[in-house]
Amino acid sequence: MSQETLVFRNECTNFAGNRFILHYFRFSPPIFLQKGIVLLKKPEMNALGKALIGFWESSIGKKLIVAVTGVMLVGFLIAHMVGNLLIFQGRESLNDYAYFLHHFLHGWGIWIFRLGLMGAFVLHIVATIALVRENRAARSSRYAYEATVQAPRSSRMMIFSGLTVLGFVVFHLLHFTVRVDPDLAAMKDPMDPSRHDVYGMVIAGFQNPLVVLFYIVAISFFCTHLNHGISSLFQTLGLRSEKTKWITGKIGLAVTVILWLGFISIPFLSSVNILKDKGVPEKSAAHSAVIEATTES
Amino acid sequence: MNLTLKVWRQAHANDTGSIQTYDAKDIPEEASFLEMLDIVNERIILDGHDPIHFDHDCREGICGMCSLTINGVPHSKEKGITTCQVHMRKFRDGDTIWIEPFRAKAFPIVKDLMVDRSAFDRIIAAGGYIDVRTGSAPDANAVPIGKHDADASFDSAACIGCGACVAACKNASAMLFVGAKANHLNRLPQGHPEKDKRTLALVRQMDAEGFGNCTNQYECEAVCPKEISADVIAKLNRDYTAAAAREAVAD
Repeated sequence: MSQETLVFRNECTNFAGNRFILHYFRFSPPIFLQKGIVLLKKPEMNALGKALIGFWESSIGKKLIVAVTGVMLVGFLIAHMVGNLLIFQGRESLNDYAYFLHHFLHGWGIWIFRLGLMGAFVLHIVATIALVRENRAARSSRYAYEATVQAPRSSRMMIFSGLTVLGFVVFHLLHFTVRVDPDLAAMKDPMDPSRHDVYGMVIAGFQNPLVVLFYIVAISFFCTHLNHGISSLFQTLGLRSEKTKWITGKIGLAVTVILWLGFISIPFLSSVNILKDKGVPEKSAAHSAVIEATTES
Repeated sequence: MNLTLKVWRQAHANDTGSIQTYDAKDIPEEASFLEMLDIVNERIILDGHDPIHFDHDCREGICGMCSLTINGVPHSKEKGITTCQVHMRKFRDGDTIWIEPFRAKAFPIVKDLMVDRSAFDRIIAAGGYIDVRTGSAPDANAVPIGKHDADASFDSAACIGCGACVAACKNASAMLFVGAKANHLNRLPQGHPEKDKRTLALVRQMDAEGFGNCTNQYECEAVCPKEISADVIAKLNRDYTAAAAREAVAD
């Protein structure tokens, strides 16, 4: 420093119009290089951008993102379960529903939906992992004598139950959406061979007891995640108070139990042959014949 | 009564520290927990060793200076009291008691069981105040405050800033403390003009100090010596979200 003597100052501005004063010392790089560096500097973020980044960087901001994406994912689960339960109405209902999902908005609908769901899923995971890393760092030294007063077990293994869900989702997508098993992929609706037989595929897919066991264990683990997650939503969204807290935990438990029963029922009842492929009922065969006749004419 | 103590000893901030075992013999049942440690310390001093360092001040549960995690629970498993109000009659003859400092990265250990809780002071300095005109005191009832708000604010104002919430939290989160400070002032008409500024400043300072994030397990409210409810955390979440939204879009 002592060697450097100020030769002159020069003023310049970057993209965003921020003014910089360059100090040219005897041994500093030539002023045109310094100007180049200033020009390359990222423009200063505006107030809205700063506020959004600040929101993401804050603990409460990330938690809110986890809660809002959680609401979206639970909403999807409820719709998914209701759709699944159409299997108990028979082949026609479920396959019609699947056909509708794949063709509404000229086939765009399902992709818009999938992208939204994927976005929520990724944000949920990214924000949670960031939070867990911060949490681990905040409690760097552990107690020699660990004790828990009232935190339920499900709340203490959220990251593990969550990662199990991630593994389950990958398996489930390969099983029934991508259909890596060529036998499942090739199934055609006997009433309308132009479309996939979702009904037959689900029942055939749950004939392997190991697959059924995996589904039941994974869904049960998933439900411990939901139990704490749904109850927590109210707290993070600021909806839990003296007036409401008697019911928030009950809502979490009730939604979880309903989802658990709804989702478990299909693999369980398929594996014990209570839910079985009844083939094509007489009435429906006649019905599809009518459809064929109308399409021909 | 005779007890075995497992005490965290750490010579200075950068020492690794370890659990050491001490015999506490002939402890009177009517002694308080800190008096028990005083008795043990006198014997350690007579033996020519360094006594166990711990924080304490008023010893009547109002100053927030005593700490200690007793058998894994800050201020012991007794509800609604501080360590200095715990009495030895709550333990049985022959018990082994684990005594550790409040553990959190934001509460660095000074020595043994003493921790530096000045992170809380910096949070208060960031937003735990109201701006008022100094000079003559205003008339006591010049600003009417509803009973419900007064009670809710007072419940939060009971916080003594001891840090047990942070020590009990698996994530060393300070949300109960910050929630209490925000709710204390945000509820009142005197605190209302600076509500958003205060909420944002408190949360930002909390994050900057390296406290963890709340995972809604409510261990904090279970150990709070002033029994502050985790409802203040929901209120803080609500106030922060509204303040952040207003900061992002409003003039």
